[in-house]
Amino acid sequence: MGELAPDNWHLVAGGWWPTASPTALSLTSGPLYTQDSMIDSALIPPGLEAEALGALASAADEAAIEAWRVQWLGRQDGRLTALLRSVKEQPVESRAAFGAAANELKRKLESALADRNEAIRKEALRELSTSAALDVTLPGRPQAIGRLHPVTQTMRDIVKAFEEMGFRVAEGPEVEWDRYNFDAARIPEDHPARDMWDTIWVNTLIDGKRSMLLRTHTTPNQIRVMERTPEPPIRVIVPGKCYRQEATDATHEWMLTQIEALAVGEGVRMSDLKGVLYGMARKLFGNDRKIIFHHSYFPFVEPGVEMAMDCFICRGSGSDCRTCHGTGWIEILGAGMVHPEIIDKAGYDSSKHTGFALGIGVERVALLRWGIEDIRHFYQNDLRFLAQF
Amino acid sequence: MKLSLNWLRDYVDVDLPVPELARLLIDATAEVESWETIGAGWDPERIRVAEVVAIAPHPDADRLRLATVETGAGRQQVVCGAPNLEVGQKVAFATEGAELIDGHTGKPSKLKLRPIRGVESAGMVLSEKELGLSDAHEGILVLPATAKVGRPLVEELGDVVFDISTWANRADLLGVLGFGRELSAITGAALREPARDHRESETKAADMVSVTIEDPDLCLRFTASVIEDVTVGPSPAWMQERLLRLGMRPINNVVDITNYVMLETGQPLHAFDYDQVRDKRIVARRAKPGERLTTLDGIDRELDPEMLVICDGGGPVGIGGIMGGGKSEVSEKTKTVLLEVANFKRGSIRRSSGILKLRTEASLRFEKGIGPAMAEYAQHRALHLFEQLSGGRVTKGLVDIYPGETPRGTILVTAARIEQVLGIAIPANDVRRILTGLGYGVQDVPPATFSVQPPGWRPDLEIPDDVIEDLGRIYGYDKLPTTMLEGRLPDPEPNPLRDLRERVRDLAVGLGFQEIITYTLTELPKLARAVDPSDALRLAPLGVVNPVASQYAYLRTSMRPALLETYAANRRHQDGPLRLFEIGFEYLPVEADLPHERTVLCALIGGTREARWSGTAGERLDFFDAKGAVEAVFDALGVREAYSATSHFGLLEGHTADVVAGKEHVGVVAQVHPDLAASFEIDEPVFLVELWLEEMVRVLPERPEYAAPSRFPEVRQDIALLLDAATPAARVLEVVRSHRSGGVRLSGDIFDEYRGEGIPEGQKSLAVRLRYQAEDRTLTDADVAKVQAGLLKRLGNEAGATLRGG
Repeated sequence: MGELAPDNWHLVAGGWWPTASPTALSLTSGPLYTQDSMIDSALIPPGLEAEALGALASAADEAAIEAWRVQWLGRQDGRLTALLRSVKEQPVESRAAFGAAANELKRKLESALADRNEAIRKEALRELSTSAALDVTLPGRPQAIGRLHPVTQTMRDIVKAFEEMGFRVAEGPEVEWDRYNFDAARIPEDHPARDMWDTIWVNTLIDGKRSMLLRTHTTPNQIRVMERTPEPPIRVIVPGKCYRQEATDATHEWMLTQIEALAVGEGVRMSDLKGVLYGMARKLFGNDRKIIFHHSYFPFVEPGVEMAMDCFICRGSGSDCRTCHGTGWIEILGAGMVHPEIIDKAGYDSSKHTGFALGIGVERVALLRWGIEDIRHFYQNDLRFLAQF
Repeated sequence: MKLSLNWLRDYVDVDLPVPELARLLIDATAEVESWETIGAGWDPERIRVAEVVAIAPHPDADRLRLATVETGAGRQQVVCGAPNLEVGQKVAFATEGAELIDGHTGKPSKLKLRPIRGVESAGMVLSEKELGLSDAHEGILVLPATAKVGRPLVEELGDVVFDISTWANRADLLGVLGFGRELSAITGAALREPARDHRESETKAADMVSVTIEDPDLCLRFTASVIEDVTVGPSPAWMQERLLRLGMRPINNVVDITNYVMLETGQPLHAFDYDQVRDKRIVARRAKPGERLTTLDGIDRELDPEMLVICDGGGPVGIGGIMGGGKSEVSEKTKTVLLEVANFKRGSIRRSSGILKLRTEASLRFEKGIGPAMAEYAQHRALHLFEQLSGGRVTKGLVDIYPGETPRGTILVTAARIEQVLGIAIPANDVRRILTGLGYGVQDVPPATFSVQPPGWRPDLEIPDDVIEDLGRIYGYDKLPTTMLEGRLPDPEPNPLRDLRERVRDLAVGLGFQEIITYTLTELPKLARAVDPSDALRLAPLGVVNPVASQYAYLRTSMRPALLETYAANRRHQDGPLRLFEIGFEYLPVEADLPHERTVLCALIGGTREARWSGTAGERLDFFDAKGAVEAVFDALGVREAYSATSHFGLLEGHTADVVAGKEHVGVVAQVHPDLAASFEIDEPVFLVELWLEEMVRVLPERPEYAAPSRFPEVRQDIALLLDAATPAARVLEVVRSHRSGGVRLSGDIFDEYRGEGIPEGQKSLAVRLRYQAEDRTLTDADVAKVQAGLLKRLGNEAGATLRGG
């Protein structure tokens, strides 16, 4: 801390106070001394008071004032101290009066000293605010500040929105068995739905049949959560990286981040899915958001829907809106009611337990909320980009 | 899938504005990506249907003719150069001022009439190019004979073509009729199904051809019909127009009928030249090992025994559901047509077309699953068109081999289940209306159950919830309320590693580090540069079969290459301090199992410290900046960590410390070896921090060690110690911090290290600030002197340190 203070400051009693510069010592307060009738000039040498006060008035700086203090009020041999000591030498009958007069003079000098010091402190402060005023438009001293990656920030905001609705977080492996990624999610080999997920395969085949892949969605971790949960309810979000074997462009990236939510239990309805998504959309994009569902298809849900929300940029009014392309609606995510076959395979009773699942692309949300034009910025890690969030 | 609005209107009346229609389809049926309006620029006043009534030679030019056209508002004479002009044709006729595409320049222009070779022309008979329909400019556009003379062309020929993504389970939506059915159910407008009636001759189809299915698991149904005395020629203009509009090339009336019916119904068909079919016998069977077939596209293909082939008496003539073979193709000489409409197992079609790398209009439909009932439907529709358009005679009956026939399924849907899934009750009348509209059979089973038979063209409907989806999407999801989950919350599942990870992430950001996220896939040479050559595990990373690019072919076993690359890339356009970190995984291979995804923080710092505007040039960030950040993290976590000099591959010896906490080696802090830095194009000192979160989580205290602040003042004392230069400062601190004497607790910090003048060779001086604190009293000078004496004795014994100048 000390090195931050400029040299003309010094530490006094726990705070930073200014000291006066030598040129700043002129008196601006009222007359310092007057003849006081209470002092018996018969007992105290005449002119002593005037001499002391005169000397104080002409003390030009802190050192001179200190010298004056030592000369007049110093404990060892200050002139007034000596005067007070001389009370013993006074005749007995005038001793009391002499003492009173000397004490009165001491009080006066002390008071004058305090006034003088106060005047100097005030003058120094005035100096500080005027000739020593800062150019406050000069830049501050740079401090090191880090930032979270925009994908992390967005991920956390989404996670928080769901946590507030009672969901907890479960994470699972990015390198997965194809069984979890596809078969258990009702996407068998030779099903055209596999075209929806272009897969990056790992070059290891275990026992000649179990293939590993880079998960194409976080759905396999939903399956894992159900596997280790003997009995509903389940309310979980499964975030993480996913991978797609596809060419990158402004809206496609082969490494992406997804958050899926899964709720299973008695009485879980599609209207709850709508409610949860409504809550999430409002948390992330503002309280006046509206959402709609339209029909979609994912093998692991039935019914399947896509959620769109009204455009938070043009609010449906801009025919040339870049965010919603003039449609007034922005497609945000896919969702649906968990297919009963998946519920039953988890060992639950699909006639009793229902569930919903949804999946959000974190990058897509980040692109939307900040109006970023190209998804490829995220993993190029150019600080000129990252430092803006 | 392309969808023509005009074609759609054959089956259902649609009067909605196009954007509204698109919205209805998106909400309930399929993803409308875009649409194109055909004829948007055709002036209804100036471009109309006309009929050619007479043609005369041009008096002054051999290649031009004078045509008289009936415009509906009188006859006009025009000069025309088109070779295909014939009397009786319906044509598009433009008058002065019409906005057209210039046939030569391809640019929009306004029609200006002037005499051609001395003959006045009252207008212009238009080509497709001039109308912006295609680039065809060789001849005029011939309109269907049904076109009404005098009608604005935009009404006759204008159209809207939607580009639609349909779902992977809905082959029925790969036919225009499928959308007709959907719209009928959505809007309530009546559905008009296409005509499927035709006459039959006395000859029985079954006497002309035999069909055998040897592998009924792959071929669920095979229907065949025979049409005799076919005249092969061009199909009518309206049919060609529609095929073109949906992206198919007209060939001849026989092939065009099969394509038309496929685009209409979603069911692929295949026409054989009956006379080329050897032994008049069709067999559907698995291919034999080594069997080959040259398909219609001229490619000789090797078949595998899981592929279904269609054979005649002489061998394979087609790959079932994918593509026919060249030998039995319909040609201009064809007199008799054998029409195949079959149904194949969808997974098998997808597998075969994947192996053959042959995706066709037929395979795309079959792989999505077509209802076997559609084979018969499409047969009769095609036979109707054959009778109308080919002059052929349809023989009697279909040959219909249907081993996959199953009784029409019934699904019981209760009102309670509808409400359980959707969260709302749908009134019984609406349930009946919607399902009937979609083609279901619906019976009420009191008190509140519907017994439904899904339509034959919807094999995707298997369970009650499938039916509920149909109800939900047609009824409208906008009618769903927004409700909140009810009931018990599940138990929390603690995840201390995740908690630690997020805390460390926040701490790193707070300490001035910028978070980055790098690709988790890398390439071997980069890994090999950063990884210890003796680290066999990390040098044998998992690879991927089909990387997006060769530099992303291996799952990283170290995050250092990506961090170094990012550092170098940012240094190219940024001076000053760089502090980067990422928390991610190392993917460490595990025998016969998924890899260990090991959570690691990797950080790099380097460059000059933040410069003060008042002029001091920033000094370089150094090892102790990196270490200070590590200390701050552990301090915040309440973990007491220790550092020891060490050496590791890629790190500069003498500038490398292991970080240990408790029994765990939790990380490393070091200067990156200049050679390694240089190999990533970094030519300045750069410092690395790696923290291993899985090890850290094991030494994390459950809660911070708490002690109430003492009421008594502490005594501070600065001392200078002289000790061997090789003795680590940490040893001095260990002694200080462990020293207890008479209820006095000691702590200490080193605030200076000095070697050089005044210090004996091989020794160093450490300046230590000591703090003495008693819990129960204010310390006296005597107390401090006594504790100090004991401490100095220990420092002498345990660290070889003496009081300097003492």
